[in-house]
Parts: sequence; C-alpha cells; structure tokens
Amino acid sequence: MNSIFLTALIFAPLLGILVLLFTPKTNVEAIKIVGFLATLPSLILALIAFWQYKAGAGLEQYAVNREWITFGNKDLTGEIYGSQVYQPISFELGINGFSLVMILLTAVLSTLAAIASIHVKKEWKGYFILFLLLQIGMLGVFAAENLLLFFFFFELTLIPMFFLIGKWGYFEKESAAYRFLIYNGLGSAILLIVFVVLFTKTGTMNIAEITAMFTGNSDAMFLGEVSDDLRMGLLIALLVAFGIKLPIVPLHSWMLKVHVQAPPSIVMLHAGVLLKIGAFGLIRFGVGIFPEQFDQLAFILAILGVVNLLYGAFLALIQTDFKMVLAYSSISHMGIVLIGLAALNEAGVQGAIFQVVSHGFIAALLFFLIGVMYERTGTTDIGKLGGLAKAMPLTAGFFLVGAMASIGLPGMSGFVSEFLAFMGLFNEMPVVAAVGTLGIILTAAYLLRAVLGMTFGTKAAGYSEKVVDLRGVEFVPVFAMLLFIILIGVYPSILAQPLQETINAIILGIGG
Amino acid sequence: MDLETLLSFDWSVMAPEFIILGVATLLSLLDLFLPKKIDRRLLGWLGFASILVALGFLVGMYDKGPEEVTAILYETYRLDSFAMAFKTLILVGAAFVMLMAISYEPKEGLREYRGEFFYLLLLGVLGAMIMSSSGDLITLFVGLELLSLASYVLAGLRKKNLQSNEAAMKYVINGGIATAITLFGMSYVYGLTGTTNLQEMWVSLSQINAHDMQYLLVIAFMMMFVGLSFKLATAPFHMWAPDVYQGAPTPVTAFLAVVSKTAGFIIVLRLFVTLFFPTRAAEGASMLFSMGEFIAVLAVASMIIGNFVALRQRNVKRMFAYSGVAHAGYLLVPLATVNFIFIFEAMWFYLAAYLFMNIGALAVLQVVTARDDSEDLSRFAGLYQRAPLLAVLMSVFLLSLAGIPGTAGFIGKLSIFVGAISEPSNAYVLASVLILTTVVSYFYYFGIMTQMFFRPAASQERIHVPVGIWITVFVCAIGTLVLGILPGLALNLFGSNFDILKDILVPGN
Repeated sequence: MNSIFLTALIFAPLLGILVLLFTPKTNVEAIKIVGFLATLPSLILALIAFWQYKAGAGLEQYAVNREWITFGNKDLTGEIYGSQVYQPISFELGINGFSLVMILLTAVLSTLAAIASIHVKKEWKGYFILFLLLQIGMLGVFAAENLLLFFFFFELTLIPMFFLIGKWGYFEKESAAYRFLIYNGLGSAILLIVFVVLFTKTGTMNIAEITAMFTGNSDAMFLGEVSDDLRMGLLIALLVAFGIKLPIVPLHSWMLKVHVQAPPSIVMLHAGVLLKIGAFGLIRFGVGIFPEQFDQLAFILAILGVVNLLYGAFLALIQTDFKMVLAYSSISHMGIVLIGLAALNEAGVQGAIFQVVSHGFIAALLFFLIGVMYERTGTTDIGKLGGLAKAMPLTAGFFLVGAMASIGLPGMSGFVSEFLAFMGLFNEMPVVAAVGTLGIILTAAYLLRAVLGMTFGTKAAGYSEKVVDLRGVEFVPVFAMLLFIILIGVYPSILAQPLQETINAIILGIGG
Repeated sequence: MDLETLLSFDWSVMAPEFIILGVATLLSLLDLFLPKKIDRRLLGWLGFASILVALGFLVGMYDKGPEEVTAILYETYRLDSFAMAFKTLILVGAAFVMLMAISYEPKEGLREYRGEFFYLLLLGVLGAMIMSSSGDLITLFVGLELLSLASYVLAGLRKKNLQSNEAAMKYVINGGIATAITLFGMSYVYGLTGTTNLQEMWVSLSQINAHDMQYLLVIAFMMMFVGLSFKLATAPFHMWAPDVYQGAPTPVTAFLAVVSKTAGFIIVLRLFVTLFFPTRAAEGASMLFSMGEFIAVLAVASMIIGNFVALRQRNVKRMFAYSGVAHAGYLLVPLATVNFIFIFEAMWFYLAAYLFMNIGALAVLQVVTARDDSEDLSRFAGLYQRAPLLAVLMSVFLLSLAGIPGTAGFIGKLSIFVGAISEPSNAYVLASVLILTTVVSYFYYFGIMTQMFFRPAASQERIHVPVGIWITVFVCAIGTLVLGILPGLALNLFGSNFDILKDILVPGN
C-alpha cells in the first residue's frame, strides 16, 4: 500500500514543474506561489514518514522495487558464458533511519530555500523549474537503493546547479558554474567507474546486496576476482569522488566560488544538503562496503580531517568578505565529519552524522541571513558593514545566534556533534584529536571577529542609514532553522534514535 | 542462371530495398518531367513516405524466428537479425534526414536541383541497406560505393557555395583513397581464401594454419580497417570530417554523421566478426581478439583528439564534426574489447542513441544558422529568449551527447562502459579514457548551453521553424528521453528479436 509513498515523496516537485511550464512567464506572483507550494508535498510526506517511524512503524514498508534495465543478459554464445550474468537493474527506492533524517533535512531546507528565493531578481519561471529539479535530485540521492539510481539522482543535481549558479549568481557566476561543473563532473566520473566495477564484480546494483557480499555476509559468489588491492583502490577512488563533494582539502577550490557567487537561496541548499551528499556517500559506500580498508585508512582520514579543520579555520580568520568566512567555515566544519568518521567508534560516527545534519541547518541559516543583508546593503564586506546592530538589530541578533550555534555553544546542535566527534577521536587517536581541538578555538575566533565586526561599533560607510530589518515572510526560515538547531541541541535523541541502526551497522561492519 | 532459378529466390526479403529503389527512380523521373513551377518539396515528402513504408516492411520481418536466416542470390544478400537490427537504424535516421532536407533553405536557394537532393539521399540509404544485408565482399563493396558516391554529390549540392564545393572535392579525393585501401585489404582476403563469399571465407579461414598466413591476414585486417575508418571518421583518418561537415548542407551533414557512420560500423562489424573471429592467431586465440589493441589505440586517439580539438572550435558544425570523431571513438571501444555479451547490444544501442541526439541537435543547428551563412557559436546566443522551446530541446540533445543520466547518451555510454570492464575484456584503461574524455566534452557542450541561456541575444528576430524540423526535433527529443529513462524498451526489443552472433555466423537457407 505504501509502495507509491516514497516515489511520490521524491517526485512530488515534478508536479510543480508541470504547473510552472504552463504558467505564463509574466505572472510572477503565481510562479512564486507554485514554486513554494511544490516543495510542500515532499516535506509533508517526509514528516509523516518520520512521525510514523517515531511511533514505531518499520521503514521496510516504504521500499519500492520495479524491474528497470537489463544489461547484457542475452545468452549469445551459450558455451562461453552462462545466461543471466548480471541481474536486471531495478528501480529501487527505500529508506533507513539515516536516509530518512537526510530526506527530512532536504525537504525542510528546500521549503525554506523556496521562501528565501524572494530575493531572486529575474526569470522566476526558469529559476523555480530548476530549483524543483534540484530538489528531486537531492531527495532521490538519499532514497536510492541501487548504485545506478544513486548516480542518476547525483547527476540530476549537477545540471540545475550549473544553471542556477551560472544564470542567477553574482559577478563571476559563469566561471563559478564551470568550476562547479568540471570538479563535480570529474567526481561523478570517478564515482561511475567505481560503481560499474562493483556492478561487474558482483552482478548486481543493489547496495544492500553489494554491501553484504563485500563484508562477507552473503552466500552469493563474486563474478570476478576482488583482491584487497582492488578494494583499497576503489575506496580511495570513492574518497576522491565524495571528497570533491564534501569537500576535502585540496579538492575544495570550486566550493569557495560557488559559495560566494551563487544566489543565497541556492547556497542554502548547497551548504545545507549538497555538501552532505559527500558525507552520506562516504558513510554509505566507503564505510559500508569497505569497512576493513576504511579502518586501515582511518589515520590518514583523521589527519585529513584535522587539516580540513585547521586550514578552513585559519583562512577564515583572515577573510574580509563575510561569505568567504562562511565558505571556509564550511570547509572547516566538514573536517569534523571526517574526524568523526575516522574515529570509527560509536561516538565518532554519531558525531559525524550529527555534524552533517547540524551544519546543514546552521549553514543554511547563516547564508539566508547573508542573503537578506546583501539585499539591503549591497555588500558582504565585513569592513563596510560595521555597526549593523543599530540599523538592523534583528538581523544582527540572529547572526550572533547562528554564529554561536556554529561555534558549538552547548544547547545548540553544533555542540553535540563536535563533542561526540572529538570524544570519538580522543578514544582512538588522542594526539591527532588534541591538535584538532585547536580548530574549535579558531572557530570561535574567526566567527566572533567577523560577526562582531559587522554588528558592533560605529556605522561604517558601506551602506545607507535606512536599511530595513528582517520583515514578514523572512522570519519563517529563520525561526524554523533556529527551532531545529535548538531542538537537536537540547534533545539530541530525536536524531540519535533513528540513526542508531545505521551506526550499529557501521560499528558491526568494522568489527569493533 | 536461368529465369527459373531467379524466380525461386525469396525476393520478398528485399522488399524494403525495392521500395527505396523504386521510389528513387520514380522521383528522378518526376523531377525530370514535372513542370518547373511545381514545388519539389512534394518529392521529398514522397521520399519520406517511401522510407516509412520500407521501415514498416522491415519491422514486419522481425518475427522470422531467431534460427531462420534467409539468403538469396547465392548467399550474397542475407536477411539475418544483424541486418534487420541495423537496417532499422538506417531507415529511422534516413527518415529524419529526409525531413531536414525538405525544410532546408540555404541563403542562395536550392532552385532547380532540389529534386536531386531527395533521390540522391534515397540512393545513399539504399547503399547503406545493402551493406547491412550483404553476405559477400562484392555486394558489400557495391553498397559502400553506392553510399559513398551519393554522399560525394550531396556534399557539393550547394553549387554556388565555395565551402560546399571544397567539401565535395575533399570528400571525393579522400574517399577515393580510402576506398582503394579498403579494396586492397579485401583483395588479400580473397587471395587467401579464393572466394568473395563471407560464409565460405569463414569456413576456409577457420581451417587455415595460422602461422603461414598470419602476416598476410594482419595486413588485410589493417588495410580494411584503415580504409573503413574513413567512413567512421575515427582519428587519425578524420581529417576530412571537419571540412566536409562544415561545407556540406546541414541535412547532408546529419546524413554523414549518422546514417553514413552507422553504415560504416555495420560493415566493420560484419566483416571483422565473420572474417577474423574464426581465424586463429599465433597463440591459438581468435584473431579478432588479438587485434583488439590496434583498435584500442585508434579508439583512444579518437576520443582524445575528438574531444580536445572540439574544445577550440568556434564553428558549431566543426565542433560537431570533432564531437562525431569522439563518439566514433566511444563506439570503437566495444569493438576493441570484443566482449560478445555486449558488443552488438552496446553498439546498436549507442548508434540508436546517437541517431536521436545528433540528428536532433543538427536539426536545431540547421534552423538557427539558416538566416545567414555564419555557423559561429554566437549564433546560439540568447536562443532561450528567442525560442525557449527550441533551446530547451537543444539542451536535451546536448546533455545526451555529454552523457548525462536521464538521456539515451548516458545509457549508451554505460553499456559500452560495462562491456569494457566486465570479466573477459577488463579494459580498464580504455574505459577510463572513455569516462574522463566525457568530462572534457562537458566544456564544449555546456558552452553551447551557456550561449543559449546566459548570453543576451544579438537580435530579437523570430526564428522560423519549418514543420519538418519541428517533427524531427520533437521525435528525436522524445526518443532521447525515452531511451534514457526507459532503455528497457529498446534493449528488450533488441534482446528478444535479434540473436546476432548466432545469426551472423550461420549459412542462410
């Protein structure tokens, strides 16, 4: 009975696209309303699923499975090859606790970003069509149960992002769009190579079956030889592919451009969800399929994580543009995800996943505020924005709250994730973790420097006296995101409970 | 051969060819005798109808039963599943090209020779069809030449246009050399086996002591492959392509890029599978496999040269010529790896995908560049403002050419890719080049999209889109998307109707 549920959840924005196609270009109000409404069905369905799950319903009921493509199954030569070498590739969707949380995050942020789109200036119709397409891609990535479908949705996010950055972004939008395209295109090319190798070795695209085969929990036979070297190679390829997305230093330069050049509503989604696909992929495929090899790489990953954390923090410290501060801060915060993963114990993995969700809300909140501020003052330069608290007290206040959450003030989501991640790492590699804690101090330093620089002091010359503060519909995203940030901070088990199953599976796979 | 023998042949299997031949003759007569004032486009629609009827007859023959191969005229003409599968592609492609030709309107006009356009196209199609069905070197060659000669004339059809003249000239000379080289290679095989019949050759080659004939056969293989590479436009034998693609009228460009290229792959597949699969190389393995490295080098060269040179083109037709070189390189990958589970399926599917996406893109190109003679990239600037639908459909074709999921091009690449790195072939390097050069191709395909969506239009003048182009573009877009989202439709059709490897090697009855 629920077989249609997940399909509907993911493809609901399609309905909006269809309506938009037949809405005249000039009817801006209608386009905005349709664009906003079209993000709602997914959100409502995601909330229903989450609520049902909380009430104790199993998630298996949402699984969808339809036969889709059959490759090379024809028994052409009979004697040389047996028939049915490869299983048919199915259209398989399904959710577990982790992906449900990610879907909920995506759905919430999509709706909020649709509201934030009021700051977009031109060509609403094209904007919302691409926006909704992006939403389908993001939702699908988390629900895909097989590799091909995952890749399909993964690439589906690429195309709308290219246009959204290139057309609706700021001054250097086109070069940002191209850099995004090429980096991520390379990432997905590598990803495709890994996926197809997995397919040809196992004969199936189903993620669960592949995981079972690679971790020795399945009776099925490999079609070809899978040596330890090959496994390590595949894992490293995965690290590069998802490392671009996450991004891991030194694969990060595209992400700075996107953060600075893309329109704020899109950056909300980009920082909030798209970067998280990298973490999601690393957890699902990296740790999931190659637990032993991942364990061997753990130390390097921890180092990479600390490098990310410190590199981002140091560079954030010297930026004069607030967007750049936040961009580097994202890099820094993704380091915490890596640190948590590298710890490979319950606290660490939990911290990593918490950070994924928590940073999603915090980054989205800060980028929304920055969008509001840029719209009023026309600048994001910290030096030109001094004394903002007088002109825009509410915006300034929320900036401070967002920064506090990002720093990891207890009671907010950032605290829980950093605490858990570092606790995990201190158990495994105390020295690395100790170096990493320096990042937390730096975070406080650069965020307070930037936010206080903007809000306190005398009014700078960069903007006019009569800027308007936060108003009307702009409060909705701010309050919604703050609600989630505080909810997770005070009552972490709302996340911990759905994630437990995934974390158990990971810990079990590692064997420790 | 007396009349009785002649009548005993099952001529009905040639019905599609007869229809095309008959209508081509009819059109040439009508063109000659119809009064000047009658619009020759009528002839084009007639030609289009004949292609559809021929296609109908062909599809009617699908359920002949997998074991049954009909051969007439002493095994020189075969109707096996290979012929049917690939002839379908040729006819579908030809139908679109015909529609493009009907709507073609160069600046100086086509005037009195518009009629020739249509029946020459039909003759070219006839040649390609004969190539797919031939079971003998002679028919194979006749088909090849019929296609080539028609193409030479077509390339120079804009008599008053300097570039078109140059294109035709280049094409004839290069083509002549390529033909000679092919023929040279064929003569070796004939000399070794004493027959021109492919079935008899396969029997005699499988008995040949490999060591004695090894080098002669390698020369034959090389020569034939080099000669035919010209038709495929793979590097390093692609030099003619940019000039000819640019100079030829756009429908002819589409014909060369799709129908002629498909025909090239057809002849390569049929020749090399039947001739070199049974032949044993020195180590006892099939010679087809041992020559894989040679083809792999050509494939890598084509993918790299095609994609990288395309980056630097400002002229869109030249860009498509180089992109065509790259795509031919992708198509050589299954041929180089000879993974028999995949080779026919992957190549057939990729050619089908290529047909839809490339013809669609060239049809859009035709209307966008129709106004003046410029094919500069900037002609696409602001297309989204001037003709939003056209721009969106063009993006579908470009995304498919770039191999983005959701389109036919992606599934095509994926099946080639899976074939390349699955068990017996394990061609990781080749497969990686395929994927990485694909990423390079993003640059120029997205470059056109950048023009269409991001740049302002130079003029707001409306673009006139003839009905033939609309039909072509729409059907191609639907084909591109359906094959991308539900590839099972085509793969199952292919899988359940055609059992090529069995068919291609058994003698007909």
